[in-house]
Amino acid sequence: MRIGVVTFPGSLDDRDAQRAIRLAGGEPVALWHGTHDLEGVEAIVLPGGFSYGDYLRCGAIAARSPIMAEVIDAANAGVPVLGICNGFQILVEAHLLPGGLIRNDHGDFICRDQVLRVENNETAWTNGFDVGQEITVPLKNGEGGFIADDETLKRLEGEGQVAFRYVGVNPNGSLDDIAGLTNERGNVVGLMPHPEHASEAGFGPDTRVAMRSGTDGLTFFTSVLQHAMATA
Amino acid sequence: MPTIVVEVMPKAELLDPAGKAVAGALGRLGKSEFTAVRIGKRFELTVDGEVTDAVLAEARALADDMLSNAVIEDVVSVTVAPAESAA
Repeated sequence: MRIGVVTFPGSLDDRDAQRAIRLAGGEPVALWHGTHDLEGVEAIVLPGGFSYGDYLRCGAIAARSPIMAEVIDAANAGVPVLGICNGFQILVEAHLLPGGLIRNDHGDFICRDQVLRVENNETAWTNGFDVGQEITVPLKNGEGGFIADDETLKRLEGEGQVAFRYVGVNPNGSLDDIAGLTNERGNVVGLMPHPEHASEAGFGPDTRVAMRSGTDGLTFFTSVLQHAMATA
Repeated sequence: MPTIVVEVMPKAELLDPAGKAVAGALGRLGKSEFTAVRIGKRFELTVDGEVTDAVLAEARALADDMLSNAVIEDVVSVTVAPAESAA
């Protein structure tokens, strides 16, 4: 399965995402923000980083890149799209996911191994998890506070569109401890933490078994491969 | 060349951590007459040619669609800046 990773000016984790795709058994395809060419990929990752230096608002300028016209069309046609951190912010700015992401309530940039609870395992990117499963993936952001108006929040909760919730610590003041969302169709998922940084033993978060052995994030990428096989 | 000024503020009901940090610093400086600070944005759009109604409408649309995010911010004003006197 060919999975595109879009590089924007200021993307940082594009190659990490490519590596995670490769580790999961997929074929990563590097895509460029300035083109209108998705190169026929079957799924798309918008990676983390600080596109355009977070100028204007996080993800706002990247969301209006040339390639985003095609990404939005693809997402609306059911192609799996995963936005990680800045990629999540881009999805929100592109109106593919609701709500907004603002500066962490405590004002600090935060970098930690974060425990998340899986709330929805019926999406293209989460079908390999169990509902209620707790996973650990790195989190690193300064503007990860999820907000939405009451009506939107009620709808998200009611429709099961909260994909992940922070466990133990709410690291940024996100409403309802929301760490990640999915759209109604379940093909678009966005989250602030970084699953691609927990995809290979030796380079992931610490676990009880061994230092840096955590690979919980790999399941995002094996999930989308499974999704492609199931829908083929 | 004429300038259109767009002012955007974080929604009043939202926490503004940046403003809160500045307010905290004011408190530490003993400036107790100022009780709160909110930080917003000011955009100055330089216009090529005259500011017609159409150009102003375009600026308003841009203010709503791109320069602000209605989920977290309000457009406070879109105004034409007074022309600077020739040097």
